[in-house]
Amino acid sequence: MGFEYQNIFTSIQAVGPACMGVPLPENESPRTGKNPWMIHLLGRFGNAQIGPIHLSGLAIAAIITGTLSINIMGLNMLASVNWDPIQFIRQLPWLALEPPPPAYGLKLPPLNQGGWWLIAGFLLTLSIFLWWAHLYRRARALGMGTHVSWAFASAIWLYLVLGFIRPVLMGSWGEAVPFGIFPHLDWTAAFSIRYGNLFYNPFHALSIAFLYGSTLLFAMHGATILAVSRFGGERELEQIVDRGTATERAALFWRWTMGFNATMESIHRWAWWFAVLTTLTGGIGILLTGTVVDNWYLWAVKHGVAPMYPAVWPPVVDPATLQGIKP
Amino acid sequence: MTSFRYTAIGAAALACGLLAGCERPPVDTVQGGFRGTGMEQVYNPRILAAQVPLNTPPPPTPAASDDGPRAREVYKNVKVLGDLSVAQFTRLMVAMTTWVSPEQGCGYCHNLENLADESKYTKGVARSMLQMTQHVNSGWKTHVADTGVTCYTCHRGHPVPQQAWFTQPEPARNASRFTMGDDAGQNHPNGEVGLTSLPYDPFTSMLLGGDNIRVLTKTALPTDNRRSIKEAEWTYGLMIHFSKALGVNCTYCHNSRSFASWEGPPQRVNAWYGIRMVRDLNNNYLVPLTNVFPRDHLGPGGDVAKVACGTCHQGAYKPLWGAKMLQDYPALAGPQKGATPAAAPKPPAEAPVNEGSASPVPRPALASTSSAPVMALAAVAGQGATPTAVAGTSAARVLFRLDRTDLDADAKATIDRVAAAMKSNRDLKVNLSGYADRSGGLDHNLDLAKKRAFAVRDALKAAGVDEDRVVLRKPEIVVGTLDADWRRVDITPVP
Repeated sequence: MGFEYQNIFTSIQAVGPACMGVPLPENESPRTGKNPWMIHLLGRFGNAQIGPIHLSGLAIAAIITGTLSINIMGLNMLASVNWDPIQFIRQLPWLALEPPPPAYGLKLPPLNQGGWWLIAGFLLTLSIFLWWAHLYRRARALGMGTHVSWAFASAIWLYLVLGFIRPVLMGSWGEAVPFGIFPHLDWTAAFSIRYGNLFYNPFHALSIAFLYGSTLLFAMHGATILAVSRFGGERELEQIVDRGTATERAALFWRWTMGFNATMESIHRWAWWFAVLTTLTGGIGILLTGTVVDNWYLWAVKHGVAPMYPAVWPPVVDPATLQGIKP
Repeated sequence: MTSFRYTAIGAAALACGLLAGCERPPVDTVQGGFRGTGMEQVYNPRILAAQVPLNTPPPPTPAASDDGPRAREVYKNVKVLGDLSVAQFTRLMVAMTTWVSPEQGCGYCHNLENLADESKYTKGVARSMLQMTQHVNSGWKTHVADTGVTCYTCHRGHPVPQQAWFTQPEPARNASRFTMGDDAGQNHPNGEVGLTSLPYDPFTSMLLGGDNIRVLTKTALPTDNRRSIKEAEWTYGLMIHFSKALGVNCTYCHNSRSFASWEGPPQRVNAWYGIRMVRDLNNNYLVPLTNVFPRDHLGPGGDVAKVACGTCHQGAYKPLWGAKMLQDYPALAGPQKGATPAAAPKPPAEAPVNEGSASPVPRPALASTSSAPVMALAAVAGQGATPTAVAGTSAARVLFRLDRTDLDADAKATIDRVAAAMKSNRDLKVNLSGYADRSGGLDHNLDLAKKRAFAVRDALKAAGVDEDRVVLRKPEIVVGTLDADWRRVDITPVP
C-alpha cells in the first residue's frame, strides 16, 4: 500500500500527556488554562492539545480594542442595510466602512462621514500594536528569538502605509482603504487606475516576486519534508544538528534536479526573508505612489522600462484637445 | 481509504460550488493589438448565440411613395413629420407602433377617436423622442455615423426602453443619535456596475451632470492633479457599465498598458462622443419631459427615465450589431424642413461639458445651465454658427510661443473679438485659465502659465472690459505635454 506513504493528510495522531511547556522565568504571570484538553479533529490539522494559553494585560487590551474596532465596522455595515440582518448576511461581502470623503483632508469629519472609520482604524491599529508587543514578550519569555514579531512588523508596515502614512503624506484620509471585503479589492483596482497602472511600479513588481517566491518556497520545502518524513525528515531541528539520511536524501534530490540546495536551517531563512520582503517592498511601492510618482506608466516610459510597441492602430487624438469640434 | 474518498468528494463539490458563477469554457479570444500586450476581446459563443434574436432588427416595410399631398396638409397637429407624403407618414407611424407598442397598438399614444388629439401624454413624449432621434442622426454622426438610430434601437418592442436608468435616491435610514452606515454611494451589489462594490449610480454625476471622468495624471511625477482614489472608483464604476453595456473588455477602447493613452483602438473616440451625446440627450430631451410623465412612471426620486450606454447598446458592441435600420426610414435622419422648431423641448445646445484635464472648461453643475453665454462666445470665437461648436472644448483659445507671454497678432485678434462680444452682452463674464507645456521646470511653468493669463487679462482690460468680469481661474492641470497647444490661455464663459 504505497498509497499510505504519500502522507499528504495526517493519518497518525500520537497522543501523550498534555505538555505544559517550559518553566517560566521569574515575575511572569502564570498561564491561564491549567488543564489543557484534547480535540481529536484538531489533531488532524495540527496539535490536538488546546492550551495552556497566556493572556497578559497586553493581549487582553489587544482583544478588547480589536473587538471594538470590528464591532464598529460591523455595526456600520449593518446600518448601511438599514439594520436588516438578512440583508447584512446577503450583502456582507459588498458592505464596507468607508474612509472620509477627500474634501475633509486630514480634518476630523463627522461620525457618519468617515469619523467611524477613523475611530475603527485607530482602535484596530492600537490592537495590532498591542498584539505585536504581546508576541514579542511571549517570544522573549520562552527564550526564543523574535523573528515572528519582526515578520509581523513587516505586515504592519504595509498596513500603516496604506491606512495612515500615505494618507497623511497625501493630506487626505480619503486616500485610505475602506474596511470591507469586496470594497478593499475594488479600492485596490481603483488605486492602480488612478496612478497609471501599478504593474509599472518596480516595488510592486518586487513585492509580487517575493509573494510568488514565498508560495514556491513553501511548496518546495513542504513537499521536501513530507517526502523524507519516512526517514524522520519532519524532525527538522534534530536534522539540523545531526544531519541524518532524510537530510542527505533531500539535499541530494535538489542538487540532482537544480544543482544547488538550501540546508535544513537556511531554507527557513529563505522563507522568512521572502515573506518579510513581500510586505516590506509592497509598502515602499504604495508609499511612493501619488507622493513621488503620479503615473507609473509614464514613469516607466520615461525611464525606458516600458517598451515601445509597433503602432497597429490608425493614430487618433484626444477629442478633448481639439478646437472647433462638435461639440 | 474511505476518509480519503469523502475528502475527494468534498473537494470536488467545493470546486463545483466555486465555479458555479463562471461561464462554461471554451471562449473565443480575438487579438486586437500587438502580440503579447493583452489587447484582446473575449467572446463566449454561447452567449453570443443567445443574443441573436435581440440583435436582429425587424424586416423593413416596403418603401412608400413620396407623391401626393404632405402629411401636414392632410392631418392636424403634425409638427415633426409634416413634410412626408401621407403614404410615407402612415408607413412610419405603423413602423413606430411595431417598434414601441406592438401590443398596445396606436392607442398607446393616440386617442383612437381623434388621432390629432393631444390629450395623451405619450403622444407628446413620442414627438420629443422623434425629434431626439432626428437630432442624434443629424447632430451626432461622430457617434452613430451613418448607421444611425431608430426608435427600435432603444425600444425593441417595449414602450419603455428596458435599460433606462433613474437616479438612485439616498437610502432611507433610521435616524439615531449616533448615525452610522453611510455607504458613500457604493458598497451594495448593483447590476449597473457589474455587481462590484463600486459606486452604484455613476450616471447622475457623469452622464447627467458633466463631472470629469478622467482621473489620471498626464505626467510621470505629481503636478497638481488632486483627483482622489474615490473619484477613480466612480470612473471605474461608469467604465464597468460601458463594458457590460457593449459586451466588451476594457481593451475594446483602451490601451492595456495605459487607460489614459490615446495610442489604442480608435473606438475610444466614438465612446468619447458617445458620452457627450448621452449628456446632451439626458439634459436636453429627457429631463425636460419630467413633468410630462405621470408620477408612477418616474423614478423613486421623481426623476425621468434617462439613457446610458446600455439603453441603445443592450450588450452589443454596436446596437443591433450595426444593422442599418435608418436607411429604410430616412425621415428619422434629421429634422424635416417643414418641422416646427418651437415644438422642441429646448434648443439642442450642448453645454460645455468638461472632459479631462486637457480641456479645462469650468464644469457647470448641470449641462443645461449655461447655453446662453456659450452661444455668445461661440459666435465670437468663429467656430461656427451653432452653439454646439464650442461645447466640450474651450470657447476661445489664445496661443503663445515657447516660453513667451507676449501676444502675437492672432492672439490680439481673438482677444478683440472676445472683448467685442463682452461689450455687446453685458451679462457675459469669462474665466481665464493659463497653461504651459512641459519643457522647463515645474515652478517656472506654473509661473509662466499665470503670466500668460495676466497678459490676456491686461489685454482685455485695455480693450475696455471691466476687470470684475474677468475671473482668473487656475485649471486642474496647468502643465501639459510637450505639445505646442499647451502654450495657451483658455477663455471660457462663466456659467
